[in-house]
Amino acid sequence: MQVASMHFKERAHANLHDARLQAKLGNLQAKFVMKRRASLVELDDFEGTREAGKAIRNRALDNLDVWLETFERNATARGATVLFAETPADINSLVLEIAAKHRVAKIIKSKSMVSEESALDHAIEAAGLTVVETDLGEYILQINNYEPPSHIIGPALHKSKEEVAQLFHKAHGTPVKTGIEELCLEARGVLRQHYLTADMGISGGNFFVAETGSVVLVTNEGNATLATTLPRVHVAISGIEKIVPTLEDVATLMRLLPRSATGQSISNYVDVLTGCKGEGEFHGAEHMYFIVVDCGRSEVLGSDVREALRCIRCGACMNHCPVYQNVGGHAYGWVYPGPIGSILTPMYVGLEKAQDLPAASTFCNQCGVVCPVKIPLPDLQRKLREHAFERGLRPWHERLGHAAWTWLALRPALYAPGTRLMARVLKKMGGRRGLIHRIPFGSGWTEERDMPAPSGRTFRELYQQRNGVGR
Amino acid sequence: MRVGLFVTCLVDLMRPSVGFAALRLLEAAGATVVVPPTQTCCGQPAYNSGDRKDARALAAKLVAEFEDCDFLVAPSGSCSGMIRTHYADLFADDPDMSRRVAALAAKTRELTDFLVNDAKLDRVPGRFEGNVTYHDSCAGLREMGTKTQPRALLARVPGLALKEMAECETCCGFGGTFSIKFGEISSRLADNKCGHIAASGADAVVLGDLGCMLNIEGRLRRRGDDKTQVLHVAEVLAGERPV
Repeated sequence: MQVASMHFKERAHANLHDARLQAKLGNLQAKFVMKRRASLVELDDFEGTREAGKAIRNRALDNLDVWLETFERNATARGATVLFAETPADINSLVLEIAAKHRVAKIIKSKSMVSEESALDHAIEAAGLTVVETDLGEYILQINNYEPPSHIIGPALHKSKEEVAQLFHKAHGTPVKTGIEELCLEARGVLRQHYLTADMGISGGNFFVAETGSVVLVTNEGNATLATTLPRVHVAISGIEKIVPTLEDVATLMRLLPRSATGQSISNYVDVLTGCKGEGEFHGAEHMYFIVVDCGRSEVLGSDVREALRCIRCGACMNHCPVYQNVGGHAYGWVYPGPIGSILTPMYVGLEKAQDLPAASTFCNQCGVVCPVKIPLPDLQRKLREHAFERGLRPWHERLGHAAWTWLALRPALYAPGTRLMARVLKKMGGRRGLIHRIPFGSGWTEERDMPAPSGRTFRELYQQRNGVGR
Repeated sequence: MRVGLFVTCLVDLMRPSVGFAALRLLEAAGATVVVPPTQTCCGQPAYNSGDRKDARALAAKLVAEFEDCDFLVAPSGSCSGMIRTHYADLFADDPDMSRRVAALAAKTRELTDFLVNDAKLDRVPGRFEGNVTYHDSCAGLREMGTKTQPRALLARVPGLALKEMAECETCCGFGGTFSIKFGEISSRLADNKCGHIAASGADAVVLGDLGCMLNIEGRLRRRGDDKTQVLHVAEVLAGERPV
C-alpha cells in the first residue's frame, strides 16, 4: 500500500473536521469499548489469561526459526506447500505463480491485512485476473475504488450505512436500500455467485499452528469458510510472527482474541484448516499453499521493539486510543493504524516516513492496559522516539528547546533566577484575566487553548521567604 | 518520618499553591518535610522525547537529592510515575545506579496515595462548598494506581460533593510536549474532556497533575467557561487557593 504516514498531521486535521467521520468514530465507545468490558467478566482471571497469552506469544517468538521449521514440516506432511515471502513484491509474485500454475482466472479473498502491505489486489488485477473481496467491509472498500481500510478488524468502520447504500446502488445497479439487513442480503446474493465460480481462495491467517501445520481463521461472516473450501486452490497468507506452537495455545489465545476485539465470547466462525482435501473427503481445497511473510518482521524480531510481534490483531489498542478515536484510522497513512500501527508502520516502511506516528501519543497507556498480550505500546513508541532522536530526525528547534531546558535544570544556581524571571514574564503576558492567548513558539498550545498564567513568583522563592532567606 | 517533597518543575513555576498545599497536608499527616533546595526537573520531557542522555543526567541529580529521605512524595502522578516506573530503564546498564534507583523507586509516592496508605491521614484541613468532579490523570491512574485515594480524601472535605463525569479515565490530551507538537489533536481531546466536565454539573474539576490542569483550564477558558474552577486535589484538601 502507498505510504502516506508522513502526512499524519494534515490527514488528522482533515479528519477532525469531517463531521460524518466524527459521527462514526463516536460509536467506538459503545461498539467496542463497552462490549469488551462487559465480556471480560465471564473470565475468572482475565489478568492471568493475559499473562498466559503473553507467555505463549513469547515462547513462539523466542524460537521462531524452530517453530517455523516445525510448521513447514507438518504442513508439508499434510500435503500443503509452504512458501516464504521476504518482500511485499515476493507475496504478489508467489500468488501469481500459484495462479498461473493452476490456471486460475478468478480469485476470491477473505480478509488479509498482510495482503494490504503488498497491495495484492492491484497486482492480481494488473496480471489480468479477477479478484473479489468477500469480507463485507473489504468488499465495500473494493467497490469504492479500493479505498484503504481504516481499522484492522472493521476496515470500513468509517463508512455510514447511507454511503454503503449508495456504493451498492452504483456497483450493482440495484435500487438504493435503506436497511442494514437488506444491504447485507444484497451483498450476500452478489458474493454467493463469486464463491461458486472462483478458482482460488486467498485468506489471511490469525494463527499458524506449528504442531499440526494448520491455519486458524477467526471470522464473523462465514466468508472465510466458503472462500477457503469451495475453490480448487487455497492460499493462506500471514506473517512469520503468527506462529503458535500448539492447538492448546490457540485455545488460550482464543479466550482473549474475540473478547478483546468485539466483546464476543467466541467469534461466529473459527476455522482450523489442515492440509488438502484427501481421498474420500468432501470439503476443502485440492491444493493448499501457505505464504509465510517476512516484510520487515525479522528485523523487528532483532530490535528493541520486538514485543510488538506478540500482537494478535484484535484492534483493542486502537479502539481505546483517544488519538485514534478522534483522528480515525486513515490519518495514520498505512495498513495498520492506532498504537500498534505507530510501531509497525515505522518499522516496516521506515522511521523517516512515519516518525510522527510514535510521536502522536499522549502516553496515556490506555492501549497498554487493554492489550490482551501485554504489549507495552507506549514504551515501544518511546523507543522509536529514541531512534528518531539518535538519528537526528527531530527538527532543530525541538532539540534546541530540550537541550536548553536540560542545561538549565542541571544548574540550580541559574535555574532559580531563570524560573523567577519566567514566572514574572508569564504573569505579565497573562494580563488582568491571568490568561495567555499567544505563546511565541507555542502556537500549538494557544491555537485553540489559553495558557493559565502563573502568579508571578516561584514556589522556591516563596518557600525561602516563608522560612527565612538563605535556609 | 522524613518526607522529601518533590515539588515538580511545573508546580514551582506555574502554581506554587499546590506545593504549599502538599506541604500542609504532609505536615498534617505528621511527617517531617524536607524540600531539597536544588531540585528542578525529573527528566521526563527529555525521556519522552527520546533523549536518554539528558534524562539520565537529570534523573541522577534527583536520585542524589532524595535518596536519604524515608519517602519521596510528589503532588503529581506523572512525575512520581517517572521516578517509580521509568528511572530503572534509564540505568539498566549501571548496576550501582540501578540499586540506588530501585531503592528510591520503592519509597516514591504520589501525594494522595501517601496520605491514605502510608500516613493514614484521617482528617483534612480543607473545606469546599459545592460539587466537584474528579479527572483521573493517566500516569497517576495507570502507573501509580491512584484511583480510590483522592476520592477517599475528598469525601472527608466538609461541604464537598463528588459528581463523577463520564469517561473520567480518558486522557485529557496533555501528554507533555505532545500538547504543542500535536496541538490540534491535543485541543480536541481537551475539548471532549471539557464537555464531560460541563455535563457533570460540577463547580470545579479536581485532579492531581498540573500538566492536565493547565490543559483543561486553558481549553475551558477558551471555550468561554470562566466559571468552572480547576483545582489540584492538594489545594482542595488543604484549603489552599492559588496565590
